[in-house]
Amino acid sequence: MAYNFKQEMEKPERLAGGHRLCAGCGASVAVRGVLRALEPSDRAVVTNATGCLEVSTYLYPYTAYEDSYIHSAFENAAATCGGVEAAYRVLKKKGKIEENFKFITFGGDGGTYDIGLQSLSGAMERGHDMVYVCYDNEAYMNTGIQRSSATPRFADATTTPVGRESYGKTQRKKNLTEIIAAHNVPYAAQTTFLGNFKDLHEKAHKAIYTEGACFLNVLAPCPRGWRYDMAELAELCRLAADTCVWPLYEIEEGTWKLSYEPKKKLPIEEFLKKQGRFKHMFTKGNEWMIEDAQQYVDQQWQRLLDKCK
Amino acid sequence: MAIRDRLSGNEAVAIAMKQINPDVMGAFPITPSTEIPQYFSSYVADGLVDTEFVAVESEHSAMSTCIAAQAAGARAVTATSSCGMALMWELLYVASSYRLPITMALVNRALTGPININNDHSDSMGARDSGWIQIYSETNQEAYDNFLQAMPIGEHKDIRLPVMVCQDGFITSHAVENMDLLEDDKVRDFVGEYQPEHYLLQKDNTLAVGPYGISAYYMEFKKQQAEAMKSAKKVILEVAEAFEQVTGRKYGFFEEFMMEDAEVAVVLIGSSAGTGKAAVDALRQQGKKAGLIKIRVFRPFPMEELAEALSHVKAVAVMDKAESFSAAGGPLFAETRSALYDLPQRPNLINYVYGLGGRDITVTDFEEIYSQLDSIVETRQTGPVYRHIGQREADGAEKDVTYERYQMENNNWRWQSNGL
Ligand SMILES: Cc1ncc(C[n+]2csc(CCOP(=O)(O)OP(=O)(O)O)c2C)c(N)n1
Repeated sequence: MAYNFKQEMEKPERLAGGHRLCAGCGASVAVRGVLRALEPSDRAVVTNATGCLEVSTYLYPYTAYEDSYIHSAFENAAATCGGVEAAYRVLKKKGKIEENFKFITFGGDGGTYDIGLQSLSGAMERGHDMVYVCYDNEAYMNTGIQRSSATPRFADATTTPVGRESYGKTQRKKNLTEIIAAHNVPYAAQTTFLGNFKDLHEKAHKAIYTEGACFLNVLAPCPRGWRYDMAELAELCRLAADTCVWPLYEIEEGTWKLSYEPKKKLPIEEFLKKQGRFKHMFTKGNEWMIEDAQQYVDQQWQRLLDKCK
Repeated sequence: MAIRDRLSGNEAVAIAMKQINPDVMGAFPITPSTEIPQYFSSYVADGLVDTEFVAVESEHSAMSTCIAAQAAGARAVTATSSCGMALMWELLYVASSYRLPITMALVNRALTGPININNDHSDSMGARDSGWIQIYSETNQEAYDNFLQAMPIGEHKDIRLPVMVCQDGFITSHAVENMDLLEDDKVRDFVGEYQPEHYLLQKDNTLAVGPYGISAYYMEFKKQQAEAMKSAKKVILEVAEAFEQVTGRKYGFFEEFMMEDAEVAVVLIGSSAGTGKAAVDALRQQGKKAGLIKIRVFRPFPMEELAEALSHVKAVAVMDKAESFSAAGGPLFAETRSALYDLPQRPNLINYVYGLGGRDITVTDFEEIYSQLDSIVETRQTGPVYRHIGQREADGAEKDVTYERYQMENNNWRWQSNGL
């Protein structure tokens, strides 16, 4: 069925407003967008890793979730989701529940790329019928903007600060989507918020309704960590796609497919210059950083194009 | 009629699990508990149980799986030892504070530093404050019986706490004993169906588990957990009584051996009780009034009951199969001594740390301990309180020459190297 923006937006929200995430935060947009892809007749159990999303959407005695929800620790969201799914399978087999449930996990990049990678890899390998959604804001935001392995090179983070002898993070961003794809899961994809949410919606729908362990990596900017004007959330996502810093693609049963090719690939400065964390890249003498970043993006983009051919 | 069989402690627990037919098992191998999920997966493979067997990639994920499955409305079990439990540590607290009656078979093993696969109680003692009910077993029979009682205790509506059923690695887990098993239908009747009131997979009554408990609420959760642990004492005894009606086997918080008229007593946990009882028998033949208390339930701690049982004793040696590096004694000692504080006539108390990393304890060792107690009764001098026994060097705190000689004589043959 063709994507109908108006129709999708009219669905009842499954993440209630009034949660405590910052204005201009990508995490809540990602969660609402993914949950909207659930068919209204299906119930879900949402699992969450520790992080900004969890502490802001579920402060006892309130919850922002219309569906059942479980949080237990930082590094085990995938195993937790697998546990719920295992219980569902056996209780269904024993005739103790009749309804259809879907299982969706949300974790930040820290809880996904770093500390939770083992449990995520385990859950993907075992093939639980679930979707793991990483909302990637490229740092440990909840503890105060420390670098993660998803933080891009040159970013100014509190554990990789720019200083007299330092230009920010020295290492490149880990490519988690490819790592998950190497698990040969039935579906893995990268997306973010573009215009009418078609890309996010379709990928979330596919991930939720494909049997087996599926993975979505959603670039979800953070106004505190990236230091941008909160009204520019959508613009930043657009620029991430148009500069090919965050390419949108999917891997379905081993077939790589590009979902978005910018009409005109923009220079990386367009994405960098709007963010405080990259400010030092624009001071005199630091031109090499921008060149280096551009080179890396171009090389990665070419490699992706080759895979998608 | 009960079924007679010869089983190792691990197989006995695996059979208890099979008879219960739990919904989910999260499993990751670690010596000496490895056989439990191994046996159990063969029951799964042969279709003898309906369990979803989730062979996870770590103990951390095993406990995560159990927490999630139990929260989702299923009965979840796991088995582990030592470092495996240590890796679960963060989540042990989650399980108990979410009030999820998960059942764990813990086959006690030393913790690494240096690596060692043999028995002591460092693992479960390290988790003693994590809010789990802890029940210890002396024999294979007890491991089986305790496992069957775990779910009725943990799942009781006033309790809803996870339970770990402990047995001594290799000593019972791998030794084969004659034992009585219940018939499957009797087990099913005794353990019953799991019927949680609230769970994640309820269509019209969604549930949120694991909120951010800010200071305005956190204390209430903890107080309720503490109350549940207090209530567990009553339920543990009720379940034991029901179990006695089915099997004729009697269980309480602890077992008293020759305690009615005992003047000196040893308090300990687990399989070493058998060796201790043999020493008591020998001493009784010599007319010595020796007794022994074997703690079965360590959490909740049976404080008043233990004080009562020791009220007429003159000197007590508390035996810890775990160090706590408090520089003041082991965990069982601290709690036993605290339990005795309110007695009008307090016995003299000493502590022995023993058996670490699988070091043997012998009848001779126990006889030595009882003779130390005798001299304490005679002199009314406790001497050094915090002692170790069975190690190659004499105890630093123990300057008694006979004791040092005893150490040298006894340790030469006892030392052996272990393949890991
Ligand atoms: C085992 C463990 N280590 C550290 C923490 C502290 N901690 C809580 S949230 C967090 C960072 C979360 O970062 P991320 O997953 O990127 O999510 P975000 O906050 O950015 O949304 C950390 C380090 C923890 N809760 N548990």
